[in-house]
Amino acid sequence: MPTDGVNKKRRRFLIATTSVVGAVGAGFVAVPFIKSWKPSARAKAVGAPVQVTLDGLDPGQMLKVQWRGQTIGILRRTEETLALLPEVDADLKDPESQVSEQPAFAQNEDRALRGEYLVVNMHCTHLGCVPQVIPEVGPQPFEDNWKGGFFCPCHKSKFDMAGRVYKGVPAPTNLRIPPYSFIDDTTLIIGVNPEGAV
Amino acid sequence: MAKPASSIAKRADAIWNWVDSRLPVSAFWNATMTGYQAPKNFNFWYYLGSLALFVLVIQILSGIFLTMHYKPSAELAFASVEYIMRDVEWGWFIRYLHSTGASFFFIVVYLHMFRSLLYGSHRAPRELVWIFGMLIYLALMAEAFMGYVLPWGQMSYWGAQVIINLFGAIPTIGEPLTEWIRGDFFISDATLNRFFALHVIALPLAIFGLVLMHLVALRENGSNNPDGIEIKANKDENGIPVDGVPFHPYYTVKDIFGVAMFLLLFAFVLFFWPEAGGLFLEHDNFIPANPMVTPEHIKPVWYFTPYYAILKAVPDKLLGVILMGLSVMILFFLPWLDRSPVKSIRYKGLWYKIMLGVFAVAFIRLGMLGMAEGTPAQTIEMRVWTFVYFAFFILLYFLSPGGKTKPLPERLTH
Repeated sequence: MPTDGVNKKRRRFLIATTSVVGAVGAGFVAVPFIKSWKPSARAKAVGAPVQVTLDGLDPGQMLKVQWRGQTIGILRRTEETLALLPEVDADLKDPESQVSEQPAFAQNEDRALRGEYLVVNMHCTHLGCVPQVIPEVGPQPFEDNWKGGFFCPCHKSKFDMAGRVYKGVPAPTNLRIPPYSFIDDTTLIIGVNPEGAV
Repeated sequence: MAKPASSIAKRADAIWNWVDSRLPVSAFWNATMTGYQAPKNFNFWYYLGSLALFVLVIQILSGIFLTMHYKPSAELAFASVEYIMRDVEWGWFIRYLHSTGASFFFIVVYLHMFRSLLYGSHRAPRELVWIFGMLIYLALMAEAFMGYVLPWGQMSYWGAQVIINLFGAIPTIGEPLTEWIRGDFFISDATLNRFFALHVIALPLAIFGLVLMHLVALRENGSNNPDGIEIKANKDENGIPVDGVPFHPYYTVKDIFGVAMFLLLFAFVLFFWPEAGGLFLEHDNFIPANPMVTPEHIKPVWYFTPYYAILKAVPDKLLGVILMGLSVMILFFLPWLDRSPVKSIRYKGLWYKIMLGVFAVAFIRLGMLGMAEGTPAQTIEMRVWTFVYFAFFILLYFLSPGGKTKPLPERLTH
């Protein structure tokens, strides 16, 4: 095939522009496919607040409910438990919950609206497992000087009885506290902040 | 009767010629099989490549039949697997074929990779063979992980939870990324459904393509061998390597023998020990997924546990994930980390034998610790072996150029 008189510059220009237009087109076509992986409208709609009655929840017991697919624990704490909380402050990563996720009303020592009830998102902030609640004070296989708290079976993260993370474990922050409020003394609603609160 | 027979033979010949002049069957067969010269000194380690291909065929075949009964929905998945095990005729066989095949795939692949470390098969000019092999390994890990999620048992669910949340450790984009992968705010039906699609269509196609590239790149330069010298450097007057033998029939027959031996072992596990004491099929996965309760002792299947141990050894979320990722990614660089003038362990000094031995022990120990309960003493041991694991690659880079070697032979040895 004769190649004299071929305008190589124009040929390169055409190849380059065709490639660019093609690549941009492919980029646009990729958008619907990538977006189709996002939570669907139905998944977003399932997120209504959950009401919980606290009748029959004895001190030291925990109730688990599901809210937006997350396991939420409601732990009734005793006076003794609450009194022990400040004792472990020195061993915690974030004792004052500065970098942890919680509604403003729960950024206190016991991380609760009412100290008696700890309402906590049970998923470990490391990789999302659900820790076991071990309220007993005393030596445990994983800790000799155990003051009660949460222990994650997956990667051995430890939290105190307010869901605050200990130092030297993989979990970076305290257990998350969801928004919640009390309707009356024995009814809790998860997903709604108290009126006037942020 | 002689006449018709010969006329049938003639007719068959004519048909064959018709096909062969339109589709290059004999040219392809000659180039890759009968005309392809392979080193004559292959040993046990050279069974593993063909065995990996064989297991891939087992997985594809058994997988196709599993999809005929399996239901990829959070509601029905667990029960449909039980249905396969109990009600479908020979369903247990097909399912155990697939689950045993998964573990054997990794046994074969790990030994196949170890062969490279022994004889330097990843060294120039075969770096791309190794890179494609590593890509197959990555795709295989994704394939195995997603396959493990499908029965929707406790280990499926919590394994998925942990692995997907690993991406959450990435700063800023981590959270939205995990949401995008799950397709929901938690591990749900949406997650299971897309993992099914990836497991049965996307990843097998990717693996198939990568295997093809692995083989094309291999045929380009030919196989390495236990002596680590190039047979093409020594050719006879016809241009055929003097130390080569035609791949077919010599190695096809050898590989068929390998497959037979492999099947003996495979069938024993399949029929008598399919759960392998909780190694191949974990006990907790016989409990349906429960988002409210994490099993007391959660661990991945055995082939992921060395990397899992590295994750567990680091007491920091982001650093743990980075180190775990690095422990896999560093393997990609092996062809350039080993700078020794010789390829094979046979002609390297004692230094390499010790290093490789310690590395193998580290990998196996990490694997064992990765599935252990995790006492404080074990955590310390994991840290030691993690250090040893990475030290291997660093030492290899610095020791290999000056490390003692023996003189290479002119011809292949026996």
